[in-house]
Amino acid sequence: MHIDYYPGCTIKTSARQYETSALAVLHALDVQSREMEQWNCCGVVHSLATDNLIRHVAPIRVLTRLQQQGGTELVTLCDMCYNTLAQANLLVQRQPDKGEAINGFIADDQTYGGQVDVLHLLQILRDRIGFQAIKRRVICPLKGLTVFPYYGCKLLRPRAVGIDDAETPSILRDLMQALGATVVDDPIQTCCCGSYHVVNRDAIVAGQVTKIAARAQLQGADIIVLSCPLCHFNLDTHQPRPTDGGQRLPVLYYTQLIGLAFGLPWETLGLDAHHIDPFPLLQHQHSVPLEGERV
Amino acid sequence: MIKITAREQPNELLHKVEELSGQNLFTCYQCGTCSAGCPFAGEMDLLPEQIIRHLTMGINDVLTSKSIWICASCYLCAERCPRDINMAKVMEALRQVQLRRNIDHVQIAHLPPEVLGAVPPMALVANFRKNTG
Repeated sequence: MHIDYYPGCTIKTSARQYETSALAVLHALDVQSREMEQWNCCGVVHSLATDNLIRHVAPIRVLTRLQQQGGTELVTLCDMCYNTLAQANLLVQRQPDKGEAINGFIADDQTYGGQVDVLHLLQILRDRIGFQAIKRRVICPLKGLTVFPYYGCKLLRPRAVGIDDAETPSILRDLMQALGATVVDDPIQTCCCGSYHVVNRDAIVAGQVTKIAARAQLQGADIIVLSCPLCHFNLDTHQPRPTDGGQRLPVLYYTQLIGLAFGLPWETLGLDAHHIDPFPLLQHQHSVPLEGERV
Repeated sequence: MIKITAREQPNELLHKVEELSGQNLFTCYQCGTCSAGCPFAGEMDLLPEQIIRHLTMGINDVLTSKSIWICASCYLCAERCPRDINMAKVMEALRQVQLRRNIDHVQIAHLPPEVLGAVPPMALVANFRKNTG
């Protein structure tokens, strides 16, 4: 299998561990991945005003370039890139007049009409490779780890681009169970983490992250798993120490946990790149043997 | 006593918001589902359904409300609205009305360097796209 993938700005800067672990996991699953050429920032947020077409130029230019490079599908790692690219794609599919105006501004030889399929890596893992195949590849099951999947908003909403049920998603639960972990859920899994408010209203983020971590602790979780680099930053840097003297919950990307279950070398998974150190938990739980013990 | 003047005189802001958002605010029946689910309702001075009511009634405190900047477009309200009003688009329209008057909500030059250096690029791009014109 071959995929074209779009990294986006944060994957190349503060979320490098997401990219290295994702590429290592894809390699282990015999998926050839190619980073698309000449990508630009997607714009991060989808413009919601009816007349603000200029803000759709960034994502549409990305999709135009992929089409010029012969690609038909674009796979993202970041939830916000996924959402912005997919919503812009939907816009040019559903409103050709707006698509024409955007194409006119981009002024490339080739016009773009929404032909590229935008996918999140989680969809590739679930729909193409399959969690059963992933389960068969597991050599170090995550026994002893109780995982709290946190979905946030951009993976699920709006429904038109959501990759799972908007109210009761299960994709991360199913994936983590395939890896041998115990999974706990809570309705707060689909609430926004505070997002970009971390720049100028970080009290909002701190408040929301405190609630999310408290719910996860209450459900018995000892680790949080997610897919969005902004959720990751907020949960990793704004999580307070529990008032009962317990430990903060490490926050890992799903690709890092797949890598651990596959027995991939720890150094390829970027486990040392987190504000909340996951090593004490991982070693204490003996869920992932240091020397890659085969089960 | 409040004199209700909806639709009796030109309501330019309502017209502009409906145009920019593509939403018909008169379909709202004030059930409050938007506020009930909103993770940041507690931070808001006007709740989402109050914003709709104030807009349709021409009460001119909406643009100065901090709620329009608190909404982070998470779409929870939009997905749950039984009247299919996309409140995230209404909030965006209100922000746009302010930003198009050259009133930026965030002064980039005044942000502390330690914040700019610490947060991920996606947080900065998203924040500036929502808070500056």
